[in-house]
Amino acid sequence: MMRIELVKRPQRSALFSVLSPFIAFALTMIAGAIMFALLGVNPLDAFNIYFIQPISEVWQLHELAIKAAPLILIAVGLSVCYKANIWNIGAEGQFIFGAIFGSIIPVLFPQFEGPLVIPLMLLLGMVGGAFYASIPAFLKTRFSTNEILTSLMLVYVAQLFLDWLVRGPWRDPQGHGFPQTIQFGDSAVLPELMPDAGRANWGFVFALVAAVAIWLMMSRMLKGFEVRVLGSSPRAGRFAGFGLNRMVFFTFLLSGALAGLAGISEVSGAIGQLQPVISPGYGFTAIIVAFLGRLNPLGIVAAGLVLALTYLGGEAVQSALGISDKVARVFQGMLLFFVLGCDTLIHYRIRLIGVTLMKPNAAKLDAAPKLEEAR
Amino acid sequence: MSANHDRSNLLEVRGLTKIFGSLTACDYIDLNIAKGEIHALLGENGAGKSTLVKMLFGSLEPNAGEIFWGGKPVKITSPGVAKKLGIGMVFQHFSLFEALTAAENIALSLNDGSPISTIAAKARALSFSYGLPLDPDSLVGDLSVGERQRIEIIRCLLQTPQLIILDEPTSVLTPQEADKLFETLERLRSEGKSILYISHRLEEVKRICDRATVLRHGKVVGHCNPREETAASLARMMVGSEVKAVERAPAEGIETAPALLEIRGLTRKPATPFAIPLKNINLTVRAGEVIGIAGVAGNGQGEFFESVSGEVLQQDAGSVRIRGKDAGALSITGRRLMGAAFVPEERLGHGAAPRMKLSENLLLSRHATDGKAFVGSGGMVKNSAVYSAAQRIITAMDVRKSAPDPEAAALSGGNLQKFIVGRELDRKPSVMIVNQPTWGVDAGAAARIRQALIELARSGSAVLVISQDLDELFELSDAIAVMHNGQLSAPLPIAEATFEKIGLLMGGAEPGHAEHSLEIA
Repeated sequence: MMRIELVKRPQRSALFSVLSPFIAFALTMIAGAIMFALLGVNPLDAFNIYFIQPISEVWQLHELAIKAAPLILIAVGLSVCYKANIWNIGAEGQFIFGAIFGSIIPVLFPQFEGPLVIPLMLLLGMVGGAFYASIPAFLKTRFSTNEILTSLMLVYVAQLFLDWLVRGPWRDPQGHGFPQTIQFGDSAVLPELMPDAGRANWGFVFALVAAVAIWLMMSRMLKGFEVRVLGSSPRAGRFAGFGLNRMVFFTFLLSGALAGLAGISEVSGAIGQLQPVISPGYGFTAIIVAFLGRLNPLGIVAAGLVLALTYLGGEAVQSALGISDKVARVFQGMLLFFVLGCDTLIHYRIRLIGVTLMKPNAAKLDAAPKLEEAR
Repeated sequence: MSANHDRSNLLEVRGLTKIFGSLTACDYIDLNIAKGEIHALLGENGAGKSTLVKMLFGSLEPNAGEIFWGGKPVKITSPGVAKKLGIGMVFQHFSLFEALTAAENIALSLNDGSPISTIAAKARALSFSYGLPLDPDSLVGDLSVGERQRIEIIRCLLQTPQLIILDEPTSVLTPQEADKLFETLERLRSEGKSILYISHRLEEVKRICDRATVLRHGKVVGHCNPREETAASLARMMVGSEVKAVERAPAEGIETAPALLEIRGLTRKPATPFAIPLKNINLTVRAGEVIGIAGVAGNGQGEFFESVSGEVLQQDAGSVRIRGKDAGALSITGRRLMGAAFVPEERLGHGAAPRMKLSENLLLSRHATDGKAFVGSGGMVKNSAVYSAAQRIITAMDVRKSAPDPEAAALSGGNLQKFIVGRELDRKPSVMIVNQPTWGVDAGAAARIRQALIELARSGSAVLVISQDLDELFELSDAIAVMHNGQLSAPLPIAEATFEKIGLLMGGAEPGHAEHSLEIA
């Protein structure tokens, strides 16, 4: 019988730390080629349709920006959480609550118009996302619940709550019974950046501003230092006088607000009304974006564009080759798998241990000193 | 002696070498251990003692060299092989499950399927015959550190080893408990067993060891008979140069000096089932003096440090007072702003963040007290100011490092400790509280840290030192108090304190709670 052990490397290779996302991307391509071949499609044709054609014209770049904006906004917030070793998995729910809160004005007060509407909607969106993120933060600090579970489960609550809203109290009375709200008025629609060239809206600008601001905070400000200390060595953080509970709230509220901003930007900019499903899983895909970007806000901008392309490519292969657009999820999953795999192998090397070579008694006797070494 | 191939040698080591990356931890080491001798392995931290022992016990594989057991070449590929040969080891840090009984812990490592009751009976018989009384049915969590060590020793003896390796065994014992241990070791020697005794305490090596092998920087620098050497000559072999003695000018006018740190009736409930509750602790540290707190590890020192530093807050704000003001309700940052500074026991992960640079680790404890100097408008860190302050500390404390601003984890223990102590001294704090200031620090660095603490006190600050190292406390302190079982004795002025008196208090023999006293030789 063979046993596989991960042995910590004495030092990390700086070169491979930088190369890791690219190696992961290359491995994803290879695995993707195998997948397309198994589906009976020429991999080169498929790659052309999947990765090249969707970004060969200017209007398509605008579509890319529309898809990338929520991914970047959410992932930038999540990167702060993950740096602090706090695991917010519920950005999808915070995204939805941002969309719901921000939609209060155009849905319930459609007669309220003017230049103030959009800023107020965005603000409410951030409040909504932050509010929804405060629930797992409260549960964690008050009852020591595991935030991974609570934040994830709250996603389904949010999805069902939105579903109920658009079928029930917020349904458009003139909508022929379709489960959706009224179309937002003109002053409640997020303006496009360059209406002549494509549909991209201000959401992409928000994403870039957020990325730069968070990068500045994490690398230059005391707050970012606090996040990094508490994330890497909580006891040293407590010695520094940084409160872990305050940090839980800070990271959840920040990432929730950014997810909420992404939610209202998406609804107000790209969709124009609330409907039962407003996200193709942005909140979950953003987790991949955050790690592919090495939890660095500037890396996240690049990673967000790559993952946005997997959505566009998924739609493209569906229409051109008749392959299910679930293939986008497969690509995203493989990418995350290879990124995490590469990162693990940067920190650890694999050692195979043949257990049968030793007498079972001797192997068991090892257990006690192993305990000692582990300390 | 190295050419001696006498068959009376139980263990012979020839040219044993272990290389970690660019560091040669053990460099062509020769060692002979005869039957029935107590052999000392001496060396400073980082000299390669642990690496050598791990190779003998099969936890590490040597890069080169041979090991002979009873004259025959052997390969010790795992601790299981070592045990089968007859090598037993008692580690410095115990591997015991606190929630199990002593007998259950022993059964786990024996793993021969015999019922617990048989093992308990054997352990009881063995423990009494070696003068190490032990109740096999007691929960490990309830036992003192000295008693836990007995479990480890008995667990080792039950496997009837020919060679017993003891790693720093007295570092957790009171002087009286150590005496007891020495009797046991002498008894084992008289039965023909060999003992490899690892220590840096020269007096005890002189007292019980027949021969000594001294390591420095991974090399054997000499074999000797410790009884023919002086402590100073042994130290010179270990360190390679004379160690400067710490000078302590007499403290004057302490009685009338202002009390800078006052602890009044400090009480704390245990936070976990195995934590020690603090019971009504009272202590005053005045400007200009160093007070030492002695005690066997795990008697509440960690809990006490957390309470005084403000990592844990007090119910009663008046139970900790700094410079005459209540501080019990203030956080560690609040207490720092009142002029207090803290150095915790653990360097990596508590006093410093391992993966952060030294300059960032400077910010760790001083972002608030030096807020104006280090943090600009809008919460931006002034990196250049922090960097130059870190370099100032590095120079002042002679911190040796491989890069201008390395990660904390890249420094050796002693150099990191110099930086962590220097980081606080640089502030000229009026109250300084240090837990284990020189634990695992080489002799040269330790002397420097101790001298700096004395100078801080003499310049008008109050210094409180918690330590398990009695030699250190006698060197540093103007008075020594003893912590036992969460209670603190009244400080004994250094002129009246003796090893014996402090040792008795460490064992719990203080009027008022004599019922806790261990059996004392």
